[in-house]
Amino acid sequence: MTLVKTTYNRRSFIKATAISGGGMVLGFSWLASCKPTPEQIKAMPKEWFNINGFLKIGDNGLVTIMSPNPEIGQNVKTSMPMIIAEELDTDWANVIVEQAPLNTDIFKRQLAGGSQSIRQGWESLRMAGATARRMLMEAAAKEWQVPVDELTTEAGMIYHKKSGKSTDYGKVASAAGSLPVPKEVNLKDVKDFKIIGTPRKNVDGPKIVTGQPLFGLDYKRDGMLIAMIVHAPAFGMKLKSVEDTAAKSMPGIKDVFVINTYPEGVEKQWSDTDAFPDLVVVVGNSTWEVMQAKKALKVEWEQAANPDSTADYVAKMAAEGGKKPKEASRRDGDPEAAFKNAAQVIERTYTAPYLAHNTMEPMNFFAHVTPDKAELVGPIQTPEFLEKTLAARLSMPLEKIDIQMTRMGGGFGRRLYGHFGVEAAVISQKLNAPVKLIYTREDDMTQGLYRPAYSVTYRAALDADKNLIGFHIRGGGMQDSPVHPNRFPAGAVDNYLAEEWTVDNSISTGAWRAPGSNFIAGAEQSFLDEVAEAAGKDPIEFRLALFDRAIKNPVGKDNDYDAQRYAGVLKLVKEKSGWGQEQPNVSRGVSAYFCHNSYVAQVVDLVVEDGKPVIQKIHAAVDCGILVNPLAATNLCEGGMVDGIGHALYSAMTFRDGVPEQSNFDKYRLIRHSEAPKAIEVHFVENDIDPTGLGEPLNPPIVAALANALYKATGKRVYDQPFMMDKAMLG
Amino acid sequence: MPIFNLNINGKKQQVDVAPDTPILWVLRDHLDLVGTKYGCGIAQCGACTIHVGDVAMRSCQMPVSQVGNQPITTIEGLSEKGDHPVQRAWLEHDVAQCGYCQAGQIMNAAALLKANPKPSEAEIEGAMNGNICRCATYVRIKAAIKTVAS
Ligand code: FES
Ligand code: FES
Repeated sequence: MTLVKTTYNRRSFIKATAISGGGMVLGFSWLASCKPTPEQIKAMPKEWFNINGFLKIGDNGLVTIMSPNPEIGQNVKTSMPMIIAEELDTDWANVIVEQAPLNTDIFKRQLAGGSQSIRQGWESLRMAGATARRMLMEAAAKEWQVPVDELTTEAGMIYHKKSGKSTDYGKVASAAGSLPVPKEVNLKDVKDFKIIGTPRKNVDGPKIVTGQPLFGLDYKRDGMLIAMIVHAPAFGMKLKSVEDTAAKSMPGIKDVFVINTYPEGVEKQWSDTDAFPDLVVVVGNSTWEVMQAKKALKVEWEQAANPDSTADYVAKMAAEGGKKPKEASRRDGDPEAAFKNAAQVIERTYTAPYLAHNTMEPMNFFAHVTPDKAELVGPIQTPEFLEKTLAARLSMPLEKIDIQMTRMGGGFGRRLYGHFGVEAAVISQKLNAPVKLIYTREDDMTQGLYRPAYSVTYRAALDADKNLIGFHIRGGGMQDSPVHPNRFPAGAVDNYLAEEWTVDNSISTGAWRAPGSNFIAGAEQSFLDEVAEAAGKDPIEFRLALFDRAIKNPVGKDNDYDAQRYAGVLKLVKEKSGWGQEQPNVSRGVSAYFCHNSYVAQVVDLVVEDGKPVIQKIHAAVDCGILVNPLAATNLCEGGMVDGIGHALYSAMTFRDGVPEQSNFDKYRLIRHSEAPKAIEVHFVENDIDPTGLGEPLNPPIVAALANALYKATGKRVYDQPFMMDKAMLG
Repeated sequence: MPIFNLNINGKKQQVDVAPDTPILWVLRDHLDLVGTKYGCGIAQCGACTIHVGDVAMRSCQMPVSQVGNQPITTIEGLSEKGDHPVQRAWLEHDVAQCGYCQAGQIMNAAALLKANPKPSEAEIEGAMNGNICRCATYVRIKAAIKTVAS
């Protein structure tokens, strides 16, 4: 057991009481179908007792755990409460999970991004469970007049061995709730975990498979109006005029007006990136009626910035990538000399296009803003920042703004940028009515915040004995550089140079699942495959030798990875995939990468049939520290890899004079059932290191495992994504 | 606006909407049946899949005026207690990530299995290809369908 100081003060507990409320409060009550099922009512306690902000215990021992973070499909609504339940030492079957409201005093970092929910929540979630357990034990000790240290707990029961007494949490919950918060608590040893590390199903599973309202788009309120927006058709355009007479007279239409989401002077947060603040808004009774009225609008737009076509920014990137940046991001040894003295220099350039996030649930938000309060409900990865911006935009104090988080139909970074929440609030404020704002798929896909287009050139210097003596990376992209100068192979090569650049245009970009890494991992690991081949080495042995160097005698400081763990996943995937015992006619590629605090190695097995890759199997090895929920973790890993493969093979956003050429799934290709891998095996490294996330680390490296396997199958290297459009694949 | 009499999940329903209103929006906006999802509106994603009779249809493409008295089943009516074999298999395999596409996937899979109780791998892929899962849970969806088929 580890004794730790508690980090809560009384204040947060008192506040918690006020928000989570007592009695029979049951989560959402949006629609009739959201009411508890009869079995739940039967099992409901007569009274709930708040123990702390994260949990309340019923008189029958049932526990309600508040899930603090936004759920975007990464399973935090199940896995974060599991951590609390573990330290509380209750039975998982006794647990009801509710989505917590926004309250960062209690719940700290309520944000879905950077694969950080589990990693950054780990300590506070354990503490929430452990302090509650201690308070329950103290209440029992008091009642039985025995020392608290003589008590033990198991699955929601408290035992005193000496006297043979026992009770359940429900019976002492009332007394426990009024005790002071302990100054120190014991945390469990990893070996004693009973819930963490065991497969637990999605707590929303039954609602998902029966179509219960869970998502923002499903939210309803009496008297609610539907709003839709029209934004500029091209990046670099702004609104000139609106002719709305026809639209206004259409059935069910209430109003048409123009809003500016972020007028001059309103304080913005980092999350308030928005290419189209000028919007035409159509409001009406129902979605279909509003969609029809949108078509009847005559809107004129005018050029405000230079419009870019795909060929324009591809040329800009090539030009910029050919220049030497003024400063290096990292320099070790003497890279210039290494390249001059090299027996062989390999140079390759990799590119990738813009990508849209395309969450399955398009952007939407509910808002009801009245002069004295603002209520918002919807899918948002950054509720805390939305709240701050709303306060500034609506001129309202923070306390008057209430944001509820719904389950999200995907995030992938798109819902970090909460302009749609601000838009909904501004529309509702103007109408003084409850409004749900809905984006059509077309509005959503052409709205921007794309994964930037990227380009990188790698150079490797080999000496006469085929040793890697120099490594040079020069990479950049639209508004963003994908280069992480201190990541591998920095630290493993004596002479190393990393350089970065960016170019600008009016197409808006944002974080997209594993920002930067989603491109650079594929480029780097494809390049290393080529270098290993030139050096005459097995690609896994070649990488392991580099890690060995970084372990024994690292070059430079600030190397942003643990070479031992990196090598660990490679060794595990080597063993599990039976590397070296290839099946005839099946082509294999390997890749490994570290980002978002987790280590991943993958082997892809594929065949090419009629010019199309058929992925027969993926073996993955993952080191994310302690595994919280193996079932969900495996699912998330599978999804991340299939996602990475799909975008690398098929997806792209392209532009003509600033106009997106894809606006729906007819032109924007996403991977489909028949193209998905036939089988996936995920293996986790077992250790006691504090857990890290899995939302992002799986998709970056798979791009190279795929590319390297394609090379084995076709004899041609692919350099330009999407690979199905690369000349090597087109033949 | 004309009145339409509909038979949805075994219940008679009356709605007063424009004849071109897709059944998707009738369900979601007028009947509070929000399990059927909007994803693309152009028959490309399958999120809106319902059954018309026993046949899987994209509800975003079907105007209410074309429904007539054909019985419609939505995800809410697939089974009374949420225990249709396909729903059970989905839970057993813990298929969902975000969950948004899954009602459409389940409805499509249920129609496939009704018409073809033992589909081959290629038949599963062919029948399910119109249903996009952005979270890419395809491997689990296929495993769940195979569980029902065996
Ligand atoms: S919404 Fe009907 S197929 Fe996409
Ligand atoms: S589970 Fe998220 S779209 Fe399928």
